[in-house]
Amino acid sequence: MVRLITHNLLACHVRGCTSNNFPLVFKDVQLQLKEAEYNPDFLRGFMPKLEWKALVDTAKSLNNQSLPDQAPEPQAANEEFLKILHHVLLEIHVEEGAMLCPNCSHVYPISNGIPNMLLQEHEL
Amino acid sequence: MSRPEAQAPAEIYYGDSEAQKYTSNTRNQRIQAEMTNRAIELLALPPDESLFLLDIGCGSGLSGEILDELGHVWAGVDIAPSMLQVALEREVDGDLFLQDISQGFGFRPGSFDGAISISVLQWLLTSPTSHPTNSPPARLSRFFTTLYAALRNPSRAVFQFYPETDDQITLITSVARKAGFGGGIVVDYPNSKKARKVFLCLMVGSGKYASNT
Ligand SMILES: [Zn+2]
Repeated sequence: MVRLITHNLLACHVRGCTSNNFPLVFKDVQLQLKEAEYNPDFLRGFMPKLEWKALVDTAKSLNNQSLPDQAPEPQAANEEFLKILHHVLLEIHVEEGAMLCPNCSHVYPISNGIPNMLLQEHEL
Repeated sequence: MSRPEAQAPAEIYYGDSEAQKYTSNTRNQRIQAEMTNRAIELLALPPDESLFLLDIGCGSGLSGEILDELGHVWAGVDIAPSMLQVALEREVDGDLFLQDISQGFGFRPGSFDGAISISVLQWLLTSPTSHPTNSPPARLSRFFTTLYAALRNPSRAVFQFYPETDDQITLITSVARKAGFGGGIVVDYPNSKKARKVFLCLMVGSGKYASNT
């Protein structure tokens, strides 16, 4: 399974592809929603790692408009916000489709929820 | 019988039947759990915090389940599709990636609060082809450089692995140092041929987590 929590950390790793290589763009996705355990402390600790705009835009590309354009400070985040963030990061699973690098156009296929990150020898 | 990594690349060696066998073998499960618990101990994470960890060579998720039980969230990478398939069937909680760690990672800087790896590193000492991009130093260098970047400062990465010679340990630690890591080797039960376990404990920064609590 790939969820937005890991998608938001993932850039293209083809050799030489070092700018405009994030976020990878989802294509032709099939989604599944699965409940996950809500843990506000984990979410507050994780928030500083997020690229917020990329998260908002990617969620929108998956037809989820629930996130605010600006993230609150982690310590100021209220329960209503954290529950939305929890759902977006941890409960939306991309099961099929692909992730496309916006810079070099490398396609990382997703099958059975698992992205194929393998590169060809000339991409190393 | 010779070691698995001397016989075939991991993704071939761990085909469907090996992946099932490995995962359902209770002795493997017990040893894997022991090594995972020891690796987590060596990570020295702050107590009572739920963190985001990377399992390098996560296989069928035996280690990941232990991370789940401890309340952590994790992502796992493995080169063997059959192992990942078993992980899916066992409904592990972590996000899974089909990835050759010798090709390096694309995770953004500071993504993970720590990393563990059980019985994987020795696979990087093999060369799938004679091409220079596939030499063990090149494979190790891509791996350690991109892992170092993906870890937060400070944090640790702990690897249990099976070196065959001291030269292999020297090569691995020197490439890890060049990538920026501190730390070194910890040997448990050094005098027992059977129980002896080698751990590479790498540190980003001081390696000491400042607890929020
Ligand atoms: Zn790219």
